[in-house]
Amino acid sequence: MNLYEYQAKEIFKKYGIPVPEEELARNPEEAKRIAQRIGRVVVKAQVLVGGRGKAGGIKLAETPEDAGKKAEEILGMEIKGIPVRKVLVSEACTIKSEAYMGVVVDRKEKKPCVMVSPEGGVDIEEVARKSPEKIFKLHPDPVYGLLPHQARELCFKLYEDPKLAQEASSILLKLYKVFVETDASLAEINPLALTDKGLIALDAKIVVDDNALFRHPDIEEKREIEPGEEKEIKAKEHGLSYIKLTGNIGCVVNGAGLAMATMDMIKHFGGEPANFLDIGGSSSPEKVKAAMEILLSDENVKVVWFNIFGGITRCDDVAQGMVQALREMDVKVPVVVRLTGTNEDKGRKILEESNLPVYPVASMEEGAKKAIELGGK
Amino acid sequence: MGVLVGKDTRVVVQGITGRDGSFHAARMKEYGTQVVAGVTPGKGGQEVSGIPVYNTVKEAVERHGANTSIIFVPARFAPDAIYEAADAGIKLIVTITEGIPVLDMMKVVKYLDERGVRLIGPNCPGIITPGECKVGIMPGHIFKKGKVGVVSRSGTLTYEVVYHLGVHGFGQSTAAGIGGDPIIGTKFIDMLELFRDDPETEAVVLIGEIGGTDEEDAAEYIKNTSYPKPVVAFIAGRTAPPGKRMGHAGAIISGGKGTAEEKIKAFENAGVKVARIPQEIPLILKEVL
Repeated sequence: MNLYEYQAKEIFKKYGIPVPEEELARNPEEAKRIAQRIGRVVVKAQVLVGGRGKAGGIKLAETPEDAGKKAEEILGMEIKGIPVRKVLVSEACTIKSEAYMGVVVDRKEKKPCVMVSPEGGVDIEEVARKSPEKIFKLHPDPVYGLLPHQARELCFKLYEDPKLAQEASSILLKLYKVFVETDASLAEINPLALTDKGLIALDAKIVVDDNALFRHPDIEEKREIEPGEEKEIKAKEHGLSYIKLTGNIGCVVNGAGLAMATMDMIKHFGGEPANFLDIGGSSSPEKVKAAMEILLSDENVKVVWFNIFGGITRCDDVAQGMVQALREMDVKVPVVVRLTGTNEDKGRKILEESNLPVYPVASMEEGAKKAIELGGK
Repeated sequence: MGVLVGKDTRVVVQGITGRDGSFHAARMKEYGTQVVAGVTPGKGGQEVSGIPVYNTVKEAVERHGANTSIIFVPARFAPDAIYEAADAGIKLIVTITEGIPVLDMMKVVKYLDERGVRLIGPNCPGIITPGECKVGIMPGHIFKKGKVGVVSRSGTLTYEVVYHLGVHGFGQSTAAGIGGDPIIGTKFIDMLELFRDDPETEAVVLIGEIGGTDEEDAAEYIKNTSYPKPVVAFIAGRTAPPGKRMGHAGAIISGGKGTAEEKIKAFENAGVKVARIPQEIPLILKEVL
């Protein structure tokens, strides 16, 4: 789960990481009022995609009136197709230099990785590509965490002034604490700005591990459903994993790898997948029904293809769910079915005995071709 | 023969009284695996499909000489189940459970590494040496004894590939699903090393997917070590949009990294042929063997 800048900064504040004076606004009037209190401000679009600045989603405002005007401009725009619904009105700081601090999960080392760079304010991946020598990192022991001497070692590479280095290392230790205590897969300050008031986290990014949300109900509560995300959320509630794409062949697959390979294969044979949908293991008939409902609420979907290779998923469960769904719902699109694996005979029998109009296929390739034929290109 | 599991494997099923645990304990036993015991704290004394259930893994090890564990315990209790298996002296732990937090897994992996315990998974279908032993949830009947080592980050996609291997008469020495999470115990390179030293394995099929750099690392390893056996790869997720988690916690393209194109390129640079669709894999195998 990605947190918005303003949500991440609320968490930072709680942990004692210095952030600018700021407040969230949902309309120009609010922005104006906040600017009256703060003074010179930066109005920042709150969206969960990168490249806000380049898209014109961050603007300086000299006066409260100007802040209202800038907020109005930003609130009307779309950034990478996502409409801006909130802006953060943030104290404008005089910046002397910008650094980077981040903690991520290093999959290769199987440890957290703490990174700092004197090249802040730009995309850290960009720095990694162009001047990797300007990134300093180390891997703390996941049990003992980031030790103060490790934080100091990194921060003495950021600032020559020992006082600043100490200040930075105290912030880095707090950032690591945020990383651990929010179960983040990424916690980042970019930039960490040196201002006339000392070091301040001007921007913040936290990505929380979805698998750990069960122990963070306070964070789960912060979730704001974006336009277009409703189906993904509904799917999640049913234990499904769904991502909408732009094609017309709806697919229901068990297992993420097979679901991706199914999309790839549709494309390979000239079709366009409408979605990624993994019904997961232990699929109950209810889950299959929920999957059908989600797919059929996408009006682009002209055909539904079930590609099931049973393992932990039992084919009879899937077949039962399909029969139930098709009987209860008014399904107007053709349904292609491929069932192989655990309890496949029982599953096929359930479908046969139901006398429902489905197109059984024997292989994945046949399924892809049939779906393309029935759904059009 | 094969690797990691075989005739000497004695399995304890942790979480045996749950829906999936009991179902798959029975399937493993049917397959011929020596399922010697099950564990569910508080349900000691019961039986599941004729398999005795204990309160602790320690009892299962002491009474039945279990040396391998398979874990079906729900995510929030699974790390403790893994620690328990390691502390009881189990040397191979196969974790089927999906949804274990990443920070927990980093600690678990360190604990196991320090004790010389191998972990397969989590979020994986398990491992099978056809005709000998199945420690997992895969449909056993599609696997056939043979010469191809299979390693995959996916479950059902592995079955799909193995099915096509079977159609063309390719059996498997061992097939391992290593899991779809960001932090996993055994990676592609580890399996490649095991297959390299296994006399029965003549070729390796590697099934990767978007996210992380495990495939790139494997490609580099194959190149740098002049890997002595042919490897055929398949990468799922060529059509996956960036920034979206594709079901598996580990299957996400982030910061432009972890795309299928990069992985395919890395393999091709290492001289590894990459199939575009699963049924091409056996055709390529015929060419290289």
